[in-house]
Amino acid sequence: MPEVSLSVVVFYAFALLTVGSAAAVAFSSNIVYSAFALMGTLFGVAALYVFLAADFVAAAQVLIYIGGILVLILFAVMLTHRIANIEVSNRSVGRLSAGIVVGGVGGVMAYAVHHTAWPVVASLPDAPSTYAVGNGFLGPYVLPFEFASFVLLSVLIGAIVVSRKELKS
Amino acid sequence: MEGISLEHFLIVSLLVFALGLYTVLTRKNAIGILMGIELILNAANINYIAFARYGGASIDGQVFAVFVIMLAAAEAAIGLAIVLGIYQNFDSIDVEATDSLRY
Amino acid sequence: MEITTVSYLRWIPLLPLLGAAVNGLGGSVIQRRFGKSAISAIAVTPVVLAFVLSCCAFLQLKGLEPEHRFLLDDVWRWIDIGTLKADVAFWVDPLSCVMILVITGIGGLIHIYSTGYMHEDEAYWRFFAYLNLFTFAMLTLVLGDSLLLMFVGWEGVGLCSFALIGFWWTEQINTTAGNKAFIVNRIGDFGFILGIFLIFWSLDAAGHGSVVFRDIQHHAVSLEGRTIWGLPVVVLATLFFFVGATGKSAQIPLYVWLPDAMQGPTPVSALIHAATMVTAGVYMIARLNFLFAMAPETLAVVAGIGAATAFFAATIGLVQNDIKRVLAYSTVSQLGYMFVAMGVGAYAAGVFHLVTHAFFKACLFLGSGSVIHGMSGEQDMRKMGGLKDKMPTTFWTFLVATLALTGTPLTSGFFSKDEILWKAFSSPHGNATLWIIGVCGAGMTACYMFRQVFMTFFGETRADHHVAHHIHESPRSMTMPLVILAIGSILVGYLGVPEFLGGGNRFEAWLEPVFASGHEMAAHASHDAGLEWTLMLISVVVAATGFLIAYVLYYRHAASPDAIADVAGGVPYRLLYNKYYVDEIYWAVVVRGTLLVSAICSWFDGAIVDGIVNGVAKLTVALSWLDGLFDNRVIDGLVNLIANRTYDLGSRMRRVQTGSINAYLYVIVGTVTIVLLARLF
Repeated sequence: MPEVSLSVVVFYAFALLTVGSAAAVAFSSNIVYSAFALMGTLFGVAALYVFLAADFVAAAQVLIYIGGILVLILFAVMLTHRIANIEVSNRSVGRLSAGIVVGGVGGVMAYAVHHTAWPVVASLPDAPSTYAVGNGFLGPYVLPFEFASFVLLSVLIGAIVVSRKELKS
Repeated sequence: MEGISLEHFLIVSLLVFALGLYTVLTRKNAIGILMGIELILNAANINYIAFARYGGASIDGQVFAVFVIMLAAAEAAIGLAIVLGIYQNFDSIDVEATDSLRY
Repeated sequence: MEITTVSYLRWIPLLPLLGAAVNGLGGSVIQRRFGKSAISAIAVTPVVLAFVLSCCAFLQLKGLEPEHRFLLDDVWRWIDIGTLKADVAFWVDPLSCVMILVITGIGGLIHIYSTGYMHEDEAYWRFFAYLNLFTFAMLTLVLGDSLLLMFVGWEGVGLCSFALIGFWWTEQINTTAGNKAFIVNRIGDFGFILGIFLIFWSLDAAGHGSVVFRDIQHHAVSLEGRTIWGLPVVVLATLFFFVGATGKSAQIPLYVWLPDAMQGPTPVSALIHAATMVTAGVYMIARLNFLFAMAPETLAVVAGIGAATAFFAATIGLVQNDIKRVLAYSTVSQLGYMFVAMGVGAYAAGVFHLVTHAFFKACLFLGSGSVIHGMSGEQDMRKMGGLKDKMPTTFWTFLVATLALTGTPLTSGFFSKDEILWKAFSSPHGNATLWIIGVCGAGMTACYMFRQVFMTFFGETRADHHVAHHIHESPRSMTMPLVILAIGSILVGYLGVPEFLGGGNRFEAWLEPVFASGHEMAAHASHDAGLEWTLMLISVVVAATGFLIAYVLYYRHAASPDAIADVAGGVPYRLLYNKYYVDEIYWAVVVRGTLLVSAICSWFDGAIVDGIVNGVAKLTVALSWLDGLFDNRVIDGLVNLIANRTYDLGSRMRRVQTGSINAYLYVIVGTVTIVLLARLF
């Protein structure tokens, strides 16, 4: 029996989780199933982050993505799902053409991945990355950081504006 | 992690990306399309983190991934607000229904 | 040459002009308010006064030395352009003095006659206005000191002749006659104008450009030897002048207007077509005698045409039945004699005949007017006869004038005509042929004139019944001038009694300074007195023969004129009666030809010129249609094409806007893929 290290198995398990959930998102005919499958994908991605020693990012992923975005999506699904019927989730449009395009793009990218000699450089030590990320935010990336806060503010306002009902005056 | 190279992660992200692209292109439900976009973004994030780890021993990748998460959240918020607006106006979230601006 | 400057000469032509102006502008009013006698007074007085002034001029001239007998009255600077200078100036030398005495004297008598003759006419004032105007024009013609002023008078008399011939304009035959006179005169005037141009032009080329007579005479030698277009200038110019003379003085070929001019009132015929206007041509040649003396070819032409006309007109006069027609052809014939005289260089003889002819021809015309008046308007001699007792004064004056015209010895006509015949024979320019033609003409003159006398005054009256009752002698206003003229017909002749008969020929002597060139000719002429007597007797015998023929045919009625008329099938008679069909020939050739030319020109103008113009217009329309087509199809098409293509493109391109989000997503993915591929490979 070949020596398979535990990390490889775990990696493959989480990778399978991610990709499988993604496939469920893509191919499911029920939007609610897709939403929950998205949750699975996001969890899998967070696990992969941990694998890659990006613990802060993994935490942020779980918190924001799953705790925020996914909830929001679920809200939206629930708000619109009631009236809509199963036809909405039908994905009968252009499966073939989409498949071709995706296959093409995917193929090209796979080719790129395979045939590029990725330079293997010394990897980061396995250490908590929070401190480094924080330094990064307030160091070299302080400007984008501030801009991002602007963007969030405008998104906040924008979301309110977009979704409010017309006032009858 | 022996045995797990950069390429593995790249393949994973590639697969997620392809599935996300497929979702975007085929879904009729507006929210479904947004979910596809989330998949794509996540695939890109996996790429970032993987390169951050294997590519240059720098933290830039992770910083960037945080940004992406942040902006994905913002975009999802707006997108869903718009979907709700569409729902209010068209009584449906089928993207085929919103074709008033067609020729 | 000394010239005396005076200032009264201008009144000689101006007084009749004033009379014409008053009568012309206000005559109808004056006639209504004050009656015809006022008109007569306004008309006659100026002419009489002009006669008085002419006599004063004559006396003044007589008081001067013969070489210096020149009076000049320079009134006004008229034309002064470059070398062309012509003033309104009046010039009296012995020649023009003779002319103005004749014009104002005989003219005055005719004015007085007209007060009686035209008494019944309502347009009395208009007649006298024209008559005065004519007198003014004629006086300007003879008094003008330059060719241009003479031409003004020349045209003026033509105009007044036209107005007076067509005086009774309500009848078309009168206006046609007036037109004929004016148009035929115009042809002659064209020749006159060409002569003026040629003389001035040639003199100018020689450095002495002028149209004034004394200047031309002074520099005439500079024209000798000059040629233009291969012909000597002087010959060509004098030929042109002679063409003018044939028009105005009714010679072949432009005589045809004179018989038709008899349509006018008889005093007009007397004044204009006997005494004055028709003599303008003779005067003109006399005035330019120094030029004609340099052109022997022209003189030959002048004499030849004069002789031919004299003979030709006399033949026609033999068979005419209208009392005035006979006299008209007689006038043409006598003018021919005058031209014969000018043509052989006997200028003084020609002018002398002019003067005597004025007297007796005026008398004859006025007498015929008296006859017509007495016959209540009848002019056909076949309906007359036996007037001798009913109209004695008329008869006797008519007879005296006839004797003078036919050249009966001791009358004025005898002396003047004989002088011409003698000079025609003996002058260096003359020859026997001219003399023979002249003598034959004299014979025919006697024949037709006495035919006229016998038919009109003798025998039984052939008039209609009611006309015959009314035959009466004319009033004093008409008979008095007749008497005066008849006396003049006899006495005037004694001014020019030739030397061989014992007289001093004072007339010729008087005119000598004017005809200095004639002097040399006289020196070369033959002075054979015996020959002169012989020729004179022959002409008298021939004239007597003519008288006898008339006597036999028309007094004794020994033979029938109709039988003679039927000789040779009546062809000669018809030929003469229809005036050799000359009028018909002119009509068919000249008039028809001119009308044909004008029709061709009119066709040309209408078809070709108008065609070109219309064609251009059509072309323009076509071009503009083409332009419009181009504008509509091409330009608009282009614009429309661009618009349509833009529209098509737009309608195709907008299909991109499917409204389908799905499609948009595909586009995005596709574009990114392409970029990716581009980057990769």
